[in-house]
Parts: sequence; C-alpha cells; structure tokens
Amino acid sequence: MSSIYSDAPPPTPEFRHTLAVIVDNEPGVLARIAGLFSGRGYNIESLTVSETQHEAHLSRITIVTGGTRAVIEQIKAQLSRLVPVHRVTDLTVEGEAVERELVLLKVVGQGEHRLEALRLAQAFGAKTVDATLKSFIFEFTGASDEAERFISLMTDCGLVEVSRTGIAALSRGAEPL
Amino acid sequence: MSETITGAEMVIRALQDQGVEHVFGYPGGAVLPIYDALFHQDKVRHILVRHEQAAVHAAEGYARSSGKVGCVLVTSGPGATNAVTGLTDAMMDSIPLVVITGQVPTYLIGSDAFQEADTVGITRHCTKHNYLVKDIADLPRILHEAFYVASHGRPGPVVVDIPKNIQFEAGAYVRLADNQHKTYRPAVQGDPVRINAAVELMTRAQRPVFYTGGGVINAGPEASALLRELARLTGFPVTSTLMGLGAFPASSPQFLGMLGMHGTYEANLAMHDADLIIAVGARFDDRITGRLDAFAPHARKIHIDIDPSSINKTVKIDIGIVGDCAHVLREMVRVWKETAPAIDRQRYAPWWADIARWRGRNCLAYRADGRFIKPQYALERLEALTRGRDRYITTEVGQHQMWAAQFLHFEEPNRWLTSGGLGTMGYGLPAAIGAQIAHPDALVIDVAGEASIQMNIQEMSTALQYRLPVKIFILNNEYMGMVRQWQELLHGGRYSESYSDALPDFVKLAEAYGATGIRCDKAEDLDAAITQMLDAPRAVIFDCIVDPAENCFPMIPSGKAHNEILLGDAATDIGSVIDDKGKALV
Repeated sequence: MSSIYSDAPPPTPEFRHTLAVIVDNEPGVLARIAGLFSGRGYNIESLTVSETQHEAHLSRITIVTGGTRAVIEQIKAQLSRLVPVHRVTDLTVEGEAVERELVLLKVVGQGEHRLEALRLAQAFGAKTVDATLKSFIFEFTGASDEAERFISLMTDCGLVEVSRTGIAALSRGAEPL
Repeated sequence: MSETITGAEMVIRALQDQGVEHVFGYPGGAVLPIYDALFHQDKVRHILVRHEQAAVHAAEGYARSSGKVGCVLVTSGPGATNAVTGLTDAMMDSIPLVVITGQVPTYLIGSDAFQEADTVGITRHCTKHNYLVKDIADLPRILHEAFYVASHGRPGPVVVDIPKNIQFEAGAYVRLADNQHKTYRPAVQGDPVRINAAVELMTRAQRPVFYTGGGVINAGPEASALLRELARLTGFPVTSTLMGLGAFPASSPQFLGMLGMHGTYEANLAMHDADLIIAVGARFDDRITGRLDAFAPHARKIHIDIDPSSINKTVKIDIGIVGDCAHVLREMVRVWKETAPAIDRQRYAPWWADIARWRGRNCLAYRADGRFIKPQYALERLEALTRGRDRYITTEVGQHQMWAAQFLHFEEPNRWLTSGGLGTMGYGLPAAIGAQIAHPDALVIDVAGEASIQMNIQEMSTALQYRLPVKIFILNNEYMGMVRQWQELLHGGRYSESYSDALPDFVKLAEAYGATGIRCDKAEDLDAAITQMLDAPRAVIFDCIVDPAENCFPMIPSGKAHNEILLGDAATDIGSVIDDKGKALV
C-alpha cells in the first residue's frame, strides 16, 4: 500500500479476441505491431500477416489476443494510433467470425500406427500432401480447437513435427470489413 | 514544379519550406553531406550542441516555448543512440520534433559498418513514427510527412533516418501541396452528442473541478484562452498537472494549484471530494491519481483528449471526448452559453467553503531556519524578483522541480518547460538554451539541482558560443534530494549513493566556461545575489546553498489516496505509514 506506484490490480476475467488490422504494407510495420504488444505487456496467441490488396499496398494482420475487457479496449486504441494502421476491427465483437488455420503434420511410423494415422487423417478431413514408406505429411485446415484435437491424437501415432499458420479470420455475412 | 537536387539539399530545402529557422545538432560522418548543404545557405541556422541528448532537449525547449516543431540533426550510430533519451522524453510529454539522423550507406546496412546502429529499430518505441529512407524518390514526401505527423494529433517526435548514399543521390524535389500523410487523420472535432452530454453533466454538478494538463498547452494559446473563458462562465475551480501549468493563470482565485503527488492540499482534496471531474488534455498519470481504487471515488468523469488510447486507460471515464482541446472547449463554451440555465452560484458555496478550509491549511508552509537558506524561500525570492518579466522557466528533475512547480507562478502557457513523463535529469539546461534561442530577449531560468545540472553541464559551452544569457539557478543541497527524501522515508535513512560528493566549485566552473558564477549561502544576501544574476548580460551559474535536509511537501505517500496527503508538519509521522510491501514496490 505504500509505493510510489499503485498496487497491482485485482484479477479480472480475461477474454480471447480476434482482431483484424489493416495496415500499410511498409517496412517495419510488423515490428511496430509486435513491438507494441511486447512493449506494453499484451499477449499474442496468434498472429498472421500477408499483403491482401497488392495495388493499395495494404496488408491484413489477424491477431488473436487475450486480456481483460479494459486491456482489449486499450490494445485496440493503441493499435489504432500507430501511423501506418488504417483500421482495427474486433471480429469477436462483430459476432462469431469464421476462424481457420492451416496445420502441416509430419507423422513417422510403420504398421498399425501408420494405418491409424491415415484413418484419423481421413476422419478429420486432412489431405495427404507427402508420403514415403515411413512417413506422411498431412495438411489440415479448420478451426483451432479441431486442429488441437487432431494434433493431440496424432501424437500417439508417430507425430514428429508440426507447423501451424496461425488464424485467418473473416466476419460472417455479406458486409465486408 | 520539381527540380533535381541531391538528397542532402532536399533536407535543407524541406526545412526551409517548413519554415524551420533553427536546427539543433552535432555533425558526424554520416551527415556530412547535409552539413555541407547547410553551409551553402543562411535561412536555417544550426545550433551546435555538445551532446546529442542535449540537441533533442534543446529542440524540446524550443518547441514547447514557441509552439513550433523542434528540429534536430545528428549523425548515425552514437549520434542517434545519444538522442534516444531526448526522443523518449519528447514522446512521453507529447512534444513535436523532427529528428534527422544520418545512416551508413544502404548497401552497408546490416554489415555492422562503422557507426552503424539500427536507428529505426532502436527508436521505434520512443518515437511517434519513424522512417528509414531507402529510395531518393521517397525523401521529399517523407520529410514533409514527418512534420505533419509530428504536429498533428497527439504531437510527438518523428525520426527520419537517411543513409549517406541517399544524401548524395540526386532526385526530383517536390513539395506536396498539403504535405499530409496519406492516411493518418487524427480526429480533431469532438463528438457533438458527447459534448452536449458533458455540458449537461456540468450544469448538474455540485462539486465540480477542472483537471487540466499539457494537452491544453499543446492545443495552442487559443485553448488556454477558451479554458479561461469556460472556467469564468462556470465558476468551477481549476487544478493543473505539472505539464499543464500556465494554461490557467496561477493568480486566479479559481486556481487550486498543481495536483498530484506533490500537489497542493486543496487541489488533491478537491479531486477526492469532487462529484464531477472535467479532465482536459490530461492523462490520469500515476503521479496524479495515487491509489487508483481510491481515486476520486464520488466523481463522474469527463475526459477530453486527442489520443483515444488515453481515455479509459487507467481510470474509468463516464464521457470520453476524442478531439483537440481547443475545438472541444470552444464547443463547450458555445453549448454552455446556449443551454446552461442561469445557475445560482450559491449552489457552489458549500464547495468553495470546503476549498477555503483546505486552503487554510496553508500546505506549502515551511519553517524558516536561521542556519540555512530554505529552498522554498529561495524560489519565493526568485518569483518575487522576476514577477512580471518576460520569463521562461525550465527545470531539471527532482525536489527542486517540484518546489519550482509549487512556488513559481505562471500566468501564461508555454512559459514552463519541464520533463514530466520521463523525469529526465539533465533536461533543464539544454531546454533553456532552446527556449532562449526561440526568445532571444526573454529571461530564461533553469531551476536546477546540483546533481541534475551535471548531467548536461557541457551545454554551458553552447550557451556561451551563442551568447545565450541563460540563468542556472542551482538549489544545492548536496544530495540527489528526491532520492534522499525517499531513502529517509522508506529506507530507514540509509542514504545509499545519494550524496553529491566531490562537487565542483560551481563559481569557478562558470568562470571556466566564460560565464558568471555566483554563490549564496545566507538568506539575507539572497535578494542582492539574485538581482546580480538577473542583471548579468550573459549566462550565469547561481550556486544557492540550501538546507540539505529539507523535504518536499505536501506529499501523497506511497500508494495512498488523495485524502491521505501529508503536510510538512506531519513529516515526523511519515515513516510509520509506509509498510514493507510499499518499500518493495518503489
């Protein structure tokens, strides 16, 4: 109770939000965004970025973050005031957005393990994009929790390596962002 | 209309086109072409500092005292890294600067070349925006854009990093008609619905208070005039942050003085007991709020700020209005005049009675001492002997800064230049140099401590070179006073490394630089000595020997609420109210 700084606030519920950030595709813009999160102590659960409007030099950054309501509002305000940021949309507030990610999984094994891996991949709708006599690479696209389940099942079937893209997201309905 | 000139020439041309008259800087290998272009003209005057940090602080002092964008030119590597403290300072206090840094040639970037540093990487977090120019075709646009970004929205420093080969390259120079950024358009006008709602709240308040900050000063002299008009119309009391001093006249009976950790008793109690706080260009800094969960517990809060991220950042706001203070205040004045019913001022009589009672505590009182000059007394005399003069005050950081805020009085904006957010020791002397460059005939005084002044003492040389008659008024208590005060209160009087040992003889030091040195250690000699300082036609170091044990009060200790403020008389009890948890957090 007696510092020149105030005490840490009491714990408050945290929420997961997906933000779509439209930015000028200029050097350093990703560093600016990522640096803002690290510098102000915000979380990044997932971040994807790619140029989406080539002629206008605009990129779309999809960020999944977590925090209290106040922190989420602060994150949006802080992102909005960066000079190269055009706009920030909170897809979680807009309503359930479509969120997908792509996962590549390398599975190594023989015999029953190998067959089980193939059966599971089929059940999850994953594509086989590479195969050798000892291994597969599966490509899975879907929601993150589905991806988690698939990965965890594959762990018992000889999973040796995973690469995930992070989340791409669009709000539902006819309205563009 | 375009013409072909070199990148270095473009820099100078852009400065000229932006109306820049002064640039503070220090040459080096990676900016030599720009210094050469500077040599061939006389519209932009270069002020040679002795350290790049000082160049940035000088530009801050220039900007803050004149309302213009401050301009800096430094070299790559160490030139840029030395500027970082100044950039961070300007970022925290929202000072508009354009800082041009040299860089190694584009083809050497990333090779650990001589005097290479990742300037845009290092300065990304301490600038509002920054640029690395990799193509001569982008340079004219970036230069003009930098001035736009620095001065529009919430002001701040902008770095333009220019590799040396780009400075040599020739290209087409064009000045964009509007020199705007292609997308950056901060909101200036406040939302009329919210402004109406805010005025409505104001008409219903019983215990209202204006809490104003540096944003009012950044919004220009008009904002200060409108604040005065709104205060006059409403009759509400006004308190100000450290950064906002001068926006509202200290002599007004409606002014409660500064609020916050070392603010006045009446200002802090008014904030605590208010039922409506109207925050104008202030950001609820932790030095202001104290313990957040006990901050202004009964008050609805209106917050006017140009930066949306300031609203609801730490304190929950009832009505947030994003916009430029001047625009929003103008609208509030208009709406108040049109809609406010004739309020019987008697309604506020109990509120003013409370304030009168708090004022009666005379919170800035101190006990005179036959042995030592009290620092408060020294500043009272400085105030008395300079009142009414065309005066600019800068400070370093620490006890002297807080005493200056308490005991010097400001009637106009842009007259008080201090490092608020970052708390940068060493700010005051270079800032005074910048202010003196902007106002050659004014009286510019750096109120300093003997520790802070040594952080940029080399700038004496700059002051002498340009014949700047800045006055450095050192309150010399032989301690880093604020550190010593906290050690006394929180760490059992163990004065770990806070004694200013091996101090120079400041009088001889002044003389060594070619300035005037004055020492005073007796209260009865003080007036004559200050008069001698004011009469001196050149720079002066005034070494005022003050009580080494004096503490700065009032003080809201350590995570306490505004109504738990301690006054000087209570000082002996202070140790008992600070617990171990607080000590860990300091």
